[in-house]
Amino acid sequence: MESTSEFLNIKDVSTAFKINGKYYDAISHINLEVHHDEILAIVGESGCGKSTLATTIMGLHDPAETKISGEVDFEGTNLLTLNEAGYNKFRGAKIGMIFQDPLSALNPLKRIEDQISEVMDYHTNFTAEQKHDRVLELLDQVGIVNPKRTAHQFPHELSGGMRQRVIIAIAIACKPDLIIADEPTTALDVTIQAQILDVLREIQKENHAGIILITHDLGVVAETADRVAVMYAGQIVEQGSAEQIFNTPKHPYTRSLLRSMPQLENQNDDLYVIQGNVPSLQRMPHEGDRFAPRIPWVPESAHEKDPVMHVIETGHEVRCTCYKEFKFPDEAEDVKA
Amino acid sequence: MWKTILRRILIMIPEIIILSILVFLLAKAMPGDPFTGSINPKADPAQLHHLMKINGLYDPWYQQYWNWVVHLFHGNLGNSYQYQEPVTRLIGGRAINTLWLALFTTILTYCIALPMGMYAAKHEGKLPDSIIRVYTYVTFCIPFFVILVIGVWIFGFVLGWFPTTGSISSTATPGIQSVGSRIYHILLPGILGALFGTVNVVQYLRSEVIDAKRSDYVRTARSKGVPEKDIYKHHIFRNSLLPIAAFAGYSITGLLNGSLFTETVFSYPGMGLLFINSISYRDYTVITALVLIYGILNLLGTLLSDIILSIVDPRIRIQ
Amino acid sequence: MSLIEIKDLKVHYPIRSGFWNRVTDSVKAVDGISFNIEAGETYGLVGESGSGKSTTGKSVVGLEKVTSGSIMYKGKDITKKSNRNHLDYNHDVQMIFQDSLSSLNPRKRIEDIIAEPLRNFEHLSKDDEKLRVLQLLDIVGLDADALYKYPHQFSGGQRQRIGVARAVATNPKLIIADEPVSALDLSVQAQVLNFMKKIQREFGISYLFISHDLGVVRHMCNNIAIMNRGRLVEIGTRDDIYNHPLHIYTKRLLAAIPETNVSQRKAHREARLAVEQVYREQQDKYYDEHGDAYPLVQVSPTHAVALPEALAQQIVQEGEVKA
Repeated sequence: MESTSEFLNIKDVSTAFKINGKYYDAISHINLEVHHDEILAIVGESGCGKSTLATTIMGLHDPAETKISGEVDFEGTNLLTLNEAGYNKFRGAKIGMIFQDPLSALNPLKRIEDQISEVMDYHTNFTAEQKHDRVLELLDQVGIVNPKRTAHQFPHELSGGMRQRVIIAIAIACKPDLIIADEPTTALDVTIQAQILDVLREIQKENHAGIILITHDLGVVAETADRVAVMYAGQIVEQGSAEQIFNTPKHPYTRSLLRSMPQLENQNDDLYVIQGNVPSLQRMPHEGDRFAPRIPWVPESAHEKDPVMHVIETGHEVRCTCYKEFKFPDEAEDVKA
Repeated sequence: MWKTILRRILIMIPEIIILSILVFLLAKAMPGDPFTGSINPKADPAQLHHLMKINGLYDPWYQQYWNWVVHLFHGNLGNSYQYQEPVTRLIGGRAINTLWLALFTTILTYCIALPMGMYAAKHEGKLPDSIIRVYTYVTFCIPFFVILVIGVWIFGFVLGWFPTTGSISSTATPGIQSVGSRIYHILLPGILGALFGTVNVVQYLRSEVIDAKRSDYVRTARSKGVPEKDIYKHHIFRNSLLPIAAFAGYSITGLLNGSLFTETVFSYPGMGLLFINSISYRDYTVITALVLIYGILNLLGTLLSDIILSIVDPRIRIQ
Repeated sequence: MSLIEIKDLKVHYPIRSGFWNRVTDSVKAVDGISFNIEAGETYGLVGESGSGKSTTGKSVVGLEKVTSGSIMYKGKDITKKSNRNHLDYNHDVQMIFQDSLSSLNPRKRIEDIIAEPLRNFEHLSKDDEKLRVLQLLDIVGLDADALYKYPHQFSGGQRQRIGVARAVATNPKLIIADEPVSALDLSVQAQVLNFMKKIQREFGISYLFISHDLGVVRHMCNNIAIMNRGRLVEIGTRDDIYNHPLHIYTKRLLAAIPETNVSQRKAHREARLAVEQVYREQQDKYYDEHGDAYPLVQVSPTHAVALPEALAQQIVQEGEVKA
């Protein structure tokens, strides 16, 4: 499963947004690799920076409002050095993106066929007929029952699940190597969610693509991801294979999240609640462990001054040393909860 | 869709009947009568009485109304008391003048407003945008008749570039010269009307374009690798122009209201000026006819907007 | 006696068409459902979007015009407005909405938002009212300085707690919670769910908990009804529904819940696809000739399923053999 064919290498990437004239980091010093034939899940709660990471890779930020540093090495090209025309050779062609809200992500006034073939207008020299055939083929591939009819319809005439399939069809139209899916199933019913995730997996197998799956839903991650990166407050706090993250989670944040999920084992108890709130961009701490304020019973000495990633075993990394001593209040005998 | 349009028009019939009754009663309720002011003040009250009587002005209102409706169906809106000529002919002549002025104003409004609104939105927050916004705010704050009066004073009297009264020069000979003279006469009122009319369109379009710029479907287009200029062409402008197109139907209403001011200030012989004059002379037949026409045009304008909207926006289908 | 007894509730919306705009058909949003909510319990109403679960919730609060059927509260049918007024029904039954931002008036301060139901029903003095609002804020874990803030100054979870505070202000007997946590992050969701449970323990409130999330419903609800295209397909206790589901639709929903046990991933997926296949191929077995669910038949004192009697018994037996 672990392939050596890494083709996307994110090195030390930080993205800062301008708020009232000052720049604040939304993500800081992100390091990640994506390989062919794998699904890398990036999981975290709202405000952790996971969507910013996606839009940074896609180059969708207004340069006047953002400051981006680091390197996004895609098949040997550092995307961050490209101008708009240069970026447009990658966007839609080699990198496809799937958005969260399938209704607003489609132009309400254009027919489905036009919206899908628009990608091919810019990245292929297909004739009109070839494009038409490809549209029908794509719609079939994403599991739409009557491609001819759907191609001719407008977005509002489709159900949420069908719209999301259309979005996926747009993203994969030019067989990209990388697909970034930002909360692709959040707005959908569970049964539709399962079908959409199946479609994503099949496409990945067929195209040997790498997928970055951004989600807040740990269930979706556990079902689909090969590798997982957990983000908190703009940083990756833990990263490893799905088995490592779900079976032997290390970082206090990962463990807290898993514990706050309603599950069979805790169905009669209160759920675990993480103390405090995710810090806002302006109040992001810049020294010490960013998660420390939310586990106040852990002594300061357990945290690193400037937390770095520690390798636990092959592929499994954790930020900060506090994981070694971390216990939940009800597990520890010597700590008063 | 044709069924719906037909049904909408049928629904308009009771609306127009109620409107006509209201208009008729309101005109009657105005103090004064059409004769006292226009005939010799020393005239015998008995003669005045007689005039009122032969014109049916002492009949109960419903009878007067009924007579009026019967005549209406014969294409006869009565005679104007003031001009002593059939109302249909009187309004017909004025309507053409108003139509030319309105058409010119509308075309000019959109020619100025569309590029302005799009340019402002595209360069949102930069200098050109600020200038355009200041312009729209200032124009919006000044009452329309003040703009007209200032315009007439500067361009008509001080600079003397444009004529300030009438619709055609009295010396113009028929043919090219008369057409030229007509155009020359509507230039200034048209331009001033358009300057005022652009404000709404610019503001509306600007905010539509800015909304579209930030919309998710534009982000989708960017992630497809569509160049920025094509995004504007195929997604942003197209989508934000459609509501404007539908808005055009309603703008008939605005133009008619505007014509009251413009035509009065320029003494331009259109329906607006006729309306104002008729009110001051209690010319009931003309007032009722004009208000009725304005009312019907308003209803048609709304219907037109709905029809345009249903044609350009696939999400709205009249059923 | 149950707190609320819903009997054969129907909410149909007319479809108008033709030249004269006459009613030619109707959308059966809710099509004959019956269930009871006991005092102090959390009753789960589960379904996918478009199943009619929200319409049912709104009918119970009196926000929806009911086509037929009855909702009995204290022996009176509250689908009639006169009975609602007579019983002070809107004092006893409150609602929590999914979208906390749009359901709180953006121009009002939190103090006024929470005090609104008090002002409508309790007529307290100014000081008592303030004291009460402070108590309510305390119950949902917010500080006193929240009083003078506006809704947009809070996070999603805090706003949802404000919604809870407003709902419990009048000491209601029943709260209708329509997807109360589906817009929230996991840790915030945990907070709100804990609060709802705590308030229930303290005040003996009943909930009608409407959700599409079977994980959350399992955590919150003692009794559960599964809704599909305007009808109930299965009702039962938590154990009945999660451990002995009978209707294919229930099984399908349960199979679609993501499995957090990574090593079971493949088996879980195959099981889900198998259920999906049965659901697709045997529609006519589980639904009547119009594609609607059958009437419910009782298979145990707590458990009922919308299937023909014989088929229901057969599935129950198959289940026992397997076990």
